Amino acid sequence: MKNKDGISRQIWVFFCSVKLTVYILVLLAVTSIIGTVVLQNGSPQQYVNLYGQGIYNLIQVFDIDDMYHAWWFLLLLLVLCINITVCSVERLSLLWKTIFPGRVRFNVNRYLKSKSSQTIDKTSSVKQLLEPCEAWLAKQAGPVTRQTDGQTTYLYAEKGRWTRLGVFVVHASVLLLLAGALIGAVFGFKANVRIDEGTQTGRVFESKTREPMTLDFIIRCNEFDVSFYENGAPEEFRSNLTIIEDGKESLTTDIRVNHPLRYKGINIFQSSYGTAAPDTVTMQMVDNQSGAEIIRDIRIGETIDLPDGAGQFTLQGFLPHFEFQNHDLGETFFGLVTLTGETGFQIGMPIQFPTFDKMRKGRFAFVVTDFEKRYYTGLQVTKDPGVWYVYAGFILMILGCWVTFFMSHQSFLLTLAPRGAGQSRVILSGKSSRNSRSMTLKLKQMATRLENQLNKGE
Amino acid sequence: MNSAFALSSTTFLYGLAMVCYIGAFAFKKKLLGTAGFYVLVLGLVLNTVGIGLRWMESYQMGFGRAPFSNMYESLIFFSWTMTALYLYVEIKYKEQGFGVFVSPLIFLAIAYASFDPSMSAKINPLIPALKSNWLIAHVVTCFLGYAGFALAFGLSLTYYVKPGQPDQNSIFSRLPDGEVIDELTYQMVVFGFLFLTIGIITGAVWANSAWGKYWSWDPKETWSLITWFVYAIFLHLRLMRGWHGRNLALVSITGFVAVLFTYFGVNFLLSGLHSYA
Ligand code: HEM
Repeated sequence: MKNKDGISRQIWVFFCSVKLTVYILVLLAVTSIIGTVVLQNGSPQQYVNLYGQGIYNLIQVFDIDDMYHAWWFLLLLLVLCINITVCSVERLSLLWKTIFPGRVRFNVNRYLKSKSSQTIDKTSSVKQLLEPCEAWLAKQAGPVTRQTDGQTTYLYAEKGRWTRLGVFVVHASVLLLLAGALIGAVFGFKANVRIDEGTQTGRVFESKTREPMTLDFIIRCNEFDVSFYENGAPEEFRSNLTIIEDGKESLTTDIRVNHPLRYKGINIFQSSYGTAAPDTVTMQMVDNQSGAEIIRDIRIGETIDLPDGAGQFTLQGFLPHFEFQNHDLGETFFGLVTLTGETGFQIGMPIQFPTFDKMRKGRFAFVVTDFEKRYYTGLQVTKDPGVWYVYAGFILMILGCWVTFFMSHQSFLLTLAPRGAGQSRVILSGKSSRNSRSMTLKLKQMATRLENQLNKGE
Repeated sequence: MNSAFALSSTTFLYGLAMVCYIGAFAFKKKLLGTAGFYVLVLGLVLNTVGIGLRWMESYQMGFGRAPFSNMYESLIFFSWTMTALYLYVEIKYKEQGFGVFVSPLIFLAIAYASFDPSMSAKINPLIPALKSNWLIAHVVTCFLGYAGFALAFGLSLTYYVKPGQPDQNSIFSRLPDGEVIDELTYQMVVFGFLFLTIGIITGAVWANSAWGKYWSWDPKETWSLITWFVYAIFLHLRLMRGWHGRNLALVSITGFVAVLFTYFGVNFLLSGLHSYA
């Protein structure tokens, strides 16, 4: 820091300014707005539709589609960190002697000049006053240092010197928070998985990229429950999960929203639910030519022959939501009908609309009349080893703010001077590292108390 | 008495207090200001009773929940925090001059809750995501923070209506003098900043326990961070760059605009996780 080498000194000075802090904070505040008005993490198509191709090109250049992770936003944060570090090093090296002095010293004149000093005149001698004054001051502020200058005696005491460190704690907490966020971003992940009731899996899908990932254990969903209030709003989502590790069941527990499962550094949260595809359904098939009606159970994926060698039917699958001409028809089964000698076509069988397939007016009408309802539970699986640094940062920030705002380094000087004929004058002066106005008030109150104390002693 | 009655009486009392403070200002009548103070105290009592009754009524309805979970309730509570903080400041600093700027804010918040037809006063049970003890900590601290900023805003406004040297007879002569405003604004920002900090932190901890992520750049989160930045700028300008008076007041006004946007703008203009404040 002390080197005279031109450029590095200049860089140091650049990062050592509070002006820079203010500019960076303004830039962070202003640019953060962008991400709240421009769609984040959308698909290219969405951007082109919303803003047009020209603006989309601009959005891509500046990574506005994920701006809180854009290089320039991270650069702002980096400059902020360097700024805090450099400033703190510089200030701390200046303040170190003040915060940890070898020996308490005080400059009498700096206290006596202060306008907030309070004066009490007494009809006792300095000698008589010395002891009660010293005891009183020690009680107010701690160990008293005595100094005599001819006839005048000075009593000095102070408290809260360490509170000058509060600001550094606040700033350190900002660094700790960002470090925690970085650790989380590098070593953590966030993934989703859907597990049907009664099934298990060890594979989850990264939230953004949808890449599959394998966990060190297997999650089984034993049961999912949703309960509703009288007004129809959901009251509780609950999944009963079992963790299976190395082939052994190691834990079975319920999770609910706000009550996740934490297992070996991995967190499992209840995040959504839905209807799972059933194994078997009961179907009704009506032959409109003969009027014949067949009812039978069929598994998903199974193919059956239609009557009279008319063709085949395959039950293909199930969707919890079926979008049809801009309407959500809800839970729907799909099947493939292949009439002999024709190419197959797909049909939909929404549960809520049993006559849906009839309206197709084909030879056969298909309806799913019954199926065993099962849920799937939607889980969010996360790992964030940085979270403890972030939480430590939170605690330090609150403590540091408290110390910085509401505490201060206060020092007091009592001057006891003779006024002739066994009388004396007591002057109470004080200084505070912050907020001199409240110090003036405090000195007034203290002087009143001191006077009462001294009167009592007489 | 039920909560609806208590809260509409509160609305009336806050309105009356506002009229008193404005009257005291316009006609230079100290007595009216004192009347305003006592009406405000009574209003705060009824406001407290109203919130308490609402809490009890939710238990009678069979689900029991803290009364801080929709726009209506948050506005009622916002009036409460502003009134409580204002009364504290008036008692502690013996300054009632700026009540003329604060009492309208108090009244506006509760009147908006009471009179806007789109505002539902119904007590609905909580959806699963809101069922957490963090809800109370989060809402209470955020709104204490907002109250600090609202008062700082009221104080900052005085700079912009008060002429530099008001003469003795001007109605402005009753406003606190510059140095006092400056100091009080700082105190209020400090108070607001501490609680906003705790509010953001409790929100983050809550999000982490509900969704596994303490920060997801949701618009409400982002705007509360923007607000936090603005007031951090305020503090650094004042403590490190020696800013005072009008320029600094402008920063505090900007900060309050950010608060309002975080509170209302985000709900009406942007979309996200928060159903309300
Ligand atoms: C957003 C992150 C922040 C940054 C980048 C930042 C940066 C800085 C810098 C560079 C300084 C001057 C260097 C120094 O004297 O140590 C400073 C001073 C200061 N900051 Fe911050 N700060 C931040 C947050 C805060 C917060 C949240 C508080 C609230 C408690 C705060 C309170 C202060 C105070 C009181 C000073 C004056 C230091 C003194 O009097 O010794 N800062 N800040």
